[in-house]
Amino acid sequence: MTIPLSWYLIFAAALFSVGMFGVLARKNAIAILMGIELMLNAVNVNLVAFWRYRSPENITGQVFAVMVFAVAAAEVAVGLALIISVYRRHKTVVADEINLMKW
Amino acid sequence: MTTDVMKSIIWLIPLPPLLAFFLIILFTNRNKAVSHTIAVGAAFLSWFGSMVVFYRAITTEEFGKNFFASSTNWLPVGLIPFKIGVMVDPLGAVTLFFVAWTVLMIFIYSVGYHNFGQPKGDHDQAGLPPHGATVTDVHGHGHKVPSIEPMYSRFFAFIGLFAFGMYTLVVSDNLLTLFVGWEIMGLCSYLLIGFWYGKPSARAAMIKAFITTRVGDVFMLIGIAALYSFTGTLNFKEIFAKEMLEKLADPRLGGFLGLSAAGIIGLLLFIGTIGKSAQFPLHVWLPDAMEGPTPVSAMIHAATMVSAGVYMVIRMFPLLTAGWEEGMPLTPTLTIMATIGAFTALFAATIALAQNDIKRVLAYSTISQLGYMIAALGIGAYVAAAFHLVTHAFFKALLFLGSGSVIHGVEHGVLHTGEHVDPQDMFNLGGLRKKMPVTFWTFLIGGFALSGFPVLTAGFWSKDEILADAFANKWPVFIVLALAALLTAFYTMRQITLTFLGKPRTESAHHASETRWTMTVPLVILAVFAVGAGWVGIPEHFTGGLIPNWFHEFVAGTIEKHLPMVEFNIIPLLTSLVVALGGLTLGWWVYRDVKAGAPDPLQKVLGPLHKVLKNKYYLDEINNVLFVRPAYWVAETFTYKFLDRTVIDGILHFVARIASNVGPILRNYIDKPIVNGAGDAVGEGVKWFGRRIRVIQTGRVQQYMLIALVFAFSALFYYLFTLLRP
Repeated sequence: MTIPLSWYLIFAAALFSVGMFGVLARKNAIAILMGIELMLNAVNVNLVAFWRYRSPENITGQVFAVMVFAVAAAEVAVGLALIISVYRRHKTVVADEINLMKW
Repeated sequence: MTTDVMKSIIWLIPLPPLLAFFLIILFTNRNKAVSHTIAVGAAFLSWFGSMVVFYRAITTEEFGKNFFASSTNWLPVGLIPFKIGVMVDPLGAVTLFFVAWTVLMIFIYSVGYHNFGQPKGDHDQAGLPPHGATVTDVHGHGHKVPSIEPMYSRFFAFIGLFAFGMYTLVVSDNLLTLFVGWEIMGLCSYLLIGFWYGKPSARAAMIKAFITTRVGDVFMLIGIAALYSFTGTLNFKEIFAKEMLEKLADPRLGGFLGLSAAGIIGLLLFIGTIGKSAQFPLHVWLPDAMEGPTPVSAMIHAATMVSAGVYMVIRMFPLLTAGWEEGMPLTPTLTIMATIGAFTALFAATIALAQNDIKRVLAYSTISQLGYMIAALGIGAYVAAAFHLVTHAFFKALLFLGSGSVIHGVEHGVLHTGEHVDPQDMFNLGGLRKKMPVTFWTFLIGGFALSGFPVLTAGFWSKDEILADAFANKWPVFIVLALAALLTAFYTMRQITLTFLGKPRTESAHHASETRWTMTVPLVILAVFAVGAGWVGIPEHFTGGLIPNWFHEFVAGTIEKHLPMVEFNIIPLLTSLVVALGGLTLGWWVYRDVKAGAPDPLQKVLGPLHKVLKNKYYLDEINNVLFVRPAYWVAETFTYKFLDRTVIDGILHFVARIASNVGPILRNYIDKPIVNGAGDAVGEGVKWFGRRIRVIQTGRVQQYMLIALVFAFSALFYYLFTLLRP
């Protein structure tokens, strides 16, 4: 009794959608950042799942996932630093209120 | 030592002063002691080299034939390389001798003259003579003492360059490098006359000297060019080869106005000498050149540079006399030389009678004595001219340095008393013989040598030889020169009497003091030569053949032509005795008792003529009317107002007006509508488009995300529906 690949894919798609909803709908910038993390992890699930079911003899899928972890960690560090910086300056973390880049 | 070593030494002789010039200018100009050490050291090296060469020259058998010469290829002219080189023959050796001695003495003298070791002046400025400094002694009393020259190092650099020019000129074996040295000296003369450039008179004098000598130099350069085009060489010995001279003297070759090619070239070169050696009518710059510091007057304007002009014509003597033999009537060129020389000798002597400035008297006497040499050369007295050149350099340098010492000593008095008197005006001096004994005795020796005081002094022997030659060949020249000699003795004694004898006529002269050893030692050494230099050229008949006339035999060997010694004749000898002693006695008698503030006794005797003499025959004024003002007129009215402002500016303004009319048309019809329009349209279009679409840039990150999503989905759906349609 094995779990078929499609279950993983469906799970990953659901996770991705949850993350995307968070990114698009939440006001808090930290929550948006967390949404991004969810989307990244959904991708990771996909990667690992495809590796396991399609080419388990290669290690590439796992390496790819590890790479994504590393990038995600770096991105979180940068993102949080930016948010803290913005907060210190504008006393807010609401994404809609942060429109410094407007024309 | 071999001849090769000699040649190397001759090449090296001019270099130390040049090196000193660059070292001082570039590195040591802030340190006065180092600067003068370098300069004097360089002068000493050159002196030493010259003495070695001179010694070898006089100990060489038949040196006229076995002279030192060395040359090297320098500039390829067509197929033949142009050679430059060095040469010391008997004439060069004696010239080197007096140049080396006077230059070294003047370098040493300059150290004292520019007050080395004295404090800095209270308010001295570069470009003005030092005014003196106040020193407080232990009792708290302030004293005025002489102050050091502000541009001390620069002076030594300049005279170093000058010495290089003179040495180059003397050791040259060709006219071109001779001319280079000649022009370097011209530049240095300009720089040194205007050394105190803060004085307007010095500035005027420097320009006058430079431009006046330039007139002569242009002709000389033409002469050199003509010589080169005729002969294809500028080397002395090649020009003076027998065939070459015969070719040049041939009237069929390039003759002009009855002159042979040699005559024309000689005349052109001689005009160079007229400028450099201050002969009438280009003599006007030399008296004004006395604006420079006294060592400069001594070096440039008595001992070396003006001698260079005479040296050059003596050097070119074989060319000047090409086709002429002893006893023949003089060629036109020689006649011109004799006339100008004799005239200048008398003319300058008369002006010197009425000058009160101690240095100006000497300047005119220099002009007069140079006239002597030129006249001697004009009548073919080659050796006599060279002899007088040597002796004159020594005693005239001595006299100038002596006058500088007098001025310096009296300036002491001026600083002490605080009077405002001109220490150069002889009528402010008097009675200095007790205050400045060394200066007095050396000046007396120099003055007697200049006057030709019999038997003892060098001037007597050289002048006597010229007079004897003139008497034997051209009696009009003899009369003029004898008259000039009488005047020379007279004004020399006038100068000595007014300056040193009698009683001081001002407080400053009363408080004058002897100068320091750096100034008096050169005086003493030059005084020795002012006496001794004459003894080498005593005519044989005078001593009954006991002593040979060494100078004549030595120098006459320079040229191939046989130069017989003049037959003994009692008349010129008696004449020179009478004019010398008579002039001296008369000068003493007239001026023995001039009171302070009294007019010149000559004024009564000469009447209005005195005024003419005092104003130098109004030659400066005549030159002013004839040359200077027309030159200004041409510059101002013709060149500036007419040519420049009207013609050239007119053309330019016309062009400008056309351009300024065409310009707006192009601007209004091409530039503005087409070029600018297109450019603006691009810019405006981009701006308009940007304004329209900038609304999408809201700055909100979630909206961007949403838009990206919308597009991503659109692309996805497009892909699914179009491309994957079965």
